[in-house]
Amino acid sequence: MADNGDDDHEYKIKEGDYIVLKRGEIFKAVQIVQKKKIIFEKQWFFLDGAVGHLYGTTFEIASGGILQPQKPKNTESPSDSKEAGTDNRNIVDDGKSQKLTRDDIETLKEQGLKGQEIIQQLIENSSTFRDKTGYAQDKYIKKKKKKYENTVTILKPSCRILAMMYHGREPGKICHLRYDTLAQMLTLANIHAGSKILVFETCAGLVLGAIMERMGGYGSVVQMYPGGGPVRAGVESFGFPAHFLDTLHEFPICHVSALLAGTLDVTARDPTADEKQLSTAAEEDPNQTQAEEQNMETDTAVGAGQDQEQQEKEKRREAKAQEKKVKLEEKRKRLAAAAALLEGRNADGLVIASRFHPSPVLLGLIRFLSPSRPFVVYSQYKEPLIECYTKLKEEGGTVNLRLTDTWMRHYQVLPNRTHPVLLMSGGGGYLLSGITVATDGPKPAGPQQSEEPAPKKLKLNHTEG
Amino acid sequence: MSFVEYSDVIRDGDVAIVYLNHTSAMPVKVQQGAQTQTRYGVIRHSTDLIGRRYGSKVTCSKGGWVHVLHPTPELWTVSLPHRTQILYTTDIATITMMLELKPGSVVCESGTGSGSLSHAILRTVAPSGHLHTVEFHQQRAEKVAEEFREHRVDHLVTVRNQDVCRDGFGVTGVADAVFLDIPSPWEAVPHAKAAMKRQGGRLCSFSPCIEQVQRTCQALADQDFEEISTLEVLLRVHDVRTVSLPLPDFGQDSSTRDPPSDSTAAPPNPPAVTLKTTTPPREIPGHTGYLTFATKPRT
Repeated sequence: MADNGDDDHEYKIKEGDYIVLKRGEIFKAVQIVQKKKIIFEKQWFFLDGAVGHLYGTTFEIASGGILQPQKPKNTESPSDSKEAGTDNRNIVDDGKSQKLTRDDIETLKEQGLKGQEIIQQLIENSSTFRDKTGYAQDKYIKKKKKKYENTVTILKPSCRILAMMYHGREPGKICHLRYDTLAQMLTLANIHAGSKILVFETCAGLVLGAIMERMGGYGSVVQMYPGGGPVRAGVESFGFPAHFLDTLHEFPICHVSALLAGTLDVTARDPTADEKQLSTAAEEDPNQTQAEEQNMETDTAVGAGQDQEQQEKEKRREAKAQEKKVKLEEKRKRLAAAAALLEGRNADGLVIASRFHPSPVLLGLIRFLSPSRPFVVYSQYKEPLIECYTKLKEEGGTVNLRLTDTWMRHYQVLPNRTHPVLLMSGGGGYLLSGITVATDGPKPAGPQQSEEPAPKKLKLNHTEG
Repeated sequence: MSFVEYSDVIRDGDVAIVYLNHTSAMPVKVQQGAQTQTRYGVIRHSTDLIGRRYGSKVTCSKGGWVHVLHPTPELWTVSLPHRTQILYTTDIATITMMLELKPGSVVCESGTGSGSLSHAILRTVAPSGHLHTVEFHQQRAEKVAEEFREHRVDHLVTVRNQDVCRDGFGVTGVADAVFLDIPSPWEAVPHAKAAMKRQGGRLCSFSPCIEQVQRTCQALADQDFEEISTLEVLLRVHDVRTVSLPLPDFGQDSSTRDPPSDSTAAPPNPPAVTLKTTTPPREIPGHTGYLTFATKPRT
C-alpha cells in the first residue's frame, strides 16, 4: 500500500534539515549544512553524503569523513565457529590473551579494514576467545563492535529521541528532567491539538518543543520567558515545519504583574514607551549629525567627495533607525498578541519546568487558566513543590493535587539471561499536578472571585447576628 | 464537550466528571431532567449542571459539595467502568511518548479492553490521526464503541471485533505505531508488522509476566525489529504532611546544677520541631507490566 515515490519525499534527508545522529544509545542533534565538519563520538565527518538518502539509514564513515550508506544486513556476529567453553575457570586475566598490539590494530585501520574485519582479526588473535562461554563471546563481540565499528545512523528528530539525548548528554541544561518525567508532564497537562497552553521553562526549549509536537501546529502556545528573550535552541532541533511557529507566542514574565493588575496597555502605554525610546534614539542621531556637520563646517578643507560620504552616512543611519523602528513595532505587536491570548484568562493548560522557585511562578501563572484545566509543575527538588502544594491548598481553586515522581528501570531481555540492567537512574525529578476549579461560590453570584476564607467570615456574621 | 476538545459550559448530552475527592470521581451523562446519586446527595442535572461552567462547585441535596470537571482521558482512566484490567496514566504517558504519538498519527491497538489507553491515544492523534482498535470480546467491543460516540471521538476510531492473533488489525501498511496488550503478543507481532507503514514505525507490547516479554522480544528480533528495549515505570506518590518531632531531654549538666526551683519551672510541653514533609502511601502498585518498545525499520 502507498508505494508511490512521492510518499517518500518527507522521509528523505534534505540540506538544512535538523537531524539526529545515533550510534548505540548515543544521540546528537545537528543541522545538515554543506561541507560542515561534524564531530560525533570522537569521529569527524561531513553530512553531505547523507543528503538524498532516507531517514533511518545507517552510514559508514569512510576515509575523508565521507558518509556511505551501509550495505543492508551483514550484522550477524563475525565468528560462526560454535566452539565455546563451559565456564571461566581456566581464564586468567594476565593481559596476554590478545596477541595484536595497539599498533597492529592501528595498522589494520590504516589499511582500510572495516570494523567487522578488525573484530574478526581480534577474535582470531585472542587465545582465550574459544574458552569463553557462548554468552561471554557474545558480550566480547558486542563490546568490540562498539569500539571499532564506525557507523552512524541518521534519524528524524522526535520528542522521544531529543528527550533521551538531552538526558544522556546534557542533563544540566534541562534541569535533570528525565524523559519519562517529561512524558508524564505532557499527559498530565492533557496537551493536545487545538488548546491554548502556557509554558514556563528553562530546559533549553525541550519542554516547549515537546508541547508543540503534541499540538501538531493546532492551537496556541504562549512561552512565558524570564530575562531578555525566550530560549528556544531545543525547539529548533525538532525541525518543525514553518507554520508551527505561527502558533508560538512569547510573553515576558516581567509584565505578568501589570497584565494581572490590568495596567499593561500594549496598545497605548507600551508603545509610548517604545516611541520614547525611538524618539530619543532619533533625537540622538540628529544631534550627532549636527555636531558632525558643525565640525565639517569648521573644517576648512571640505571636499565634495566627503559631502557625498556624509549623505550616505546619514542615509545609513536613517535606514538603521527605520529598521529599529520596524523591529520594535514587530516586538510590540507580538507582545500585544500574546497579551491578548492571556487577557481572557482562559488558557487550557499550564506547564512549568524551570530552575526558578516554582511557587511564585505557579501562583502567578495559574491565574491565567480557565476552571477545570490541568497544570503540572516540574522541579528537580521536592521541597519547593511541597511549598507549592501548601500554598495552593491555602488559596483554594484547585483539586486533585498530587506530588509524584516516577521510578523507571530498564531490562536486559535475552534467553536465560533476563534481568534488570545493572545501572539505573537514581531519580528523574518531581511533579506537582492538579486541576483548576472555579473559585466563586456554589451560586453563580457575581463575576468577582470570592476567596476560600469567605465561609469563616460568614460564620462570624452568623454568630454576631 | 469532547474528549479531544475543551468547552467552557456543561451542556445536555455531555459526559462530565463529578469529582468527589482525591480518591473518587465518577462520570455522569448529562441529561435534561436526570438526577445522579452521590454519597453527598442528589445532583439535579437541569439545575445543577446544564448551563454551569466546567469546574463549578455543585452543592448536593445533603449539603455536601462536589466539583464538576471537564472530561479528560486521565480523569476517564480513574473513573471509567472496569470491564477488564486497565492501563493507568503512568504507563499511558510513557507509551504515548515512546510510540512517538502526535496529531496525525495512525495507531493500531489490541485489545481495546475498557478503553483507558484508547482515549489517551485519541486525544493525542486528533484531529487528523486515526485509531484502529481490535477487541476479540464482542460485548466489550460494542460497549467501547458506544463510549467513543458518547465522548464524541467516534470519527477518529474504528473498532473491530476480531482476534488480532488470527486475523490481524484489518489494515495493512498504514500504522505509525502499534500497541499490544494481549496474552500472547508474540503471535501478533507479524500482524503488527503488516499493519505498519513501509517507512517504519514504533511498536509497544505491555505484558505483566517476564516470560511473555522474553517470547515477544524473540518474535520482534525474528521479524527484524530494531531498538528492542524493555522497561518498567512506576508512580510514586508523596503525601504532603505536617509532622511534629519531639526533641529528647538529655537532662542537665551536673556540673552546672541549677537550683531546684528552676528545674520545676521547666516547660510542661516537651520541645518539638514541626515541619512539612512527605510520606509514602503504606502500599503502592509495585508492578503493572513490562513495556517492550521496538522500531520497525523501513522495509
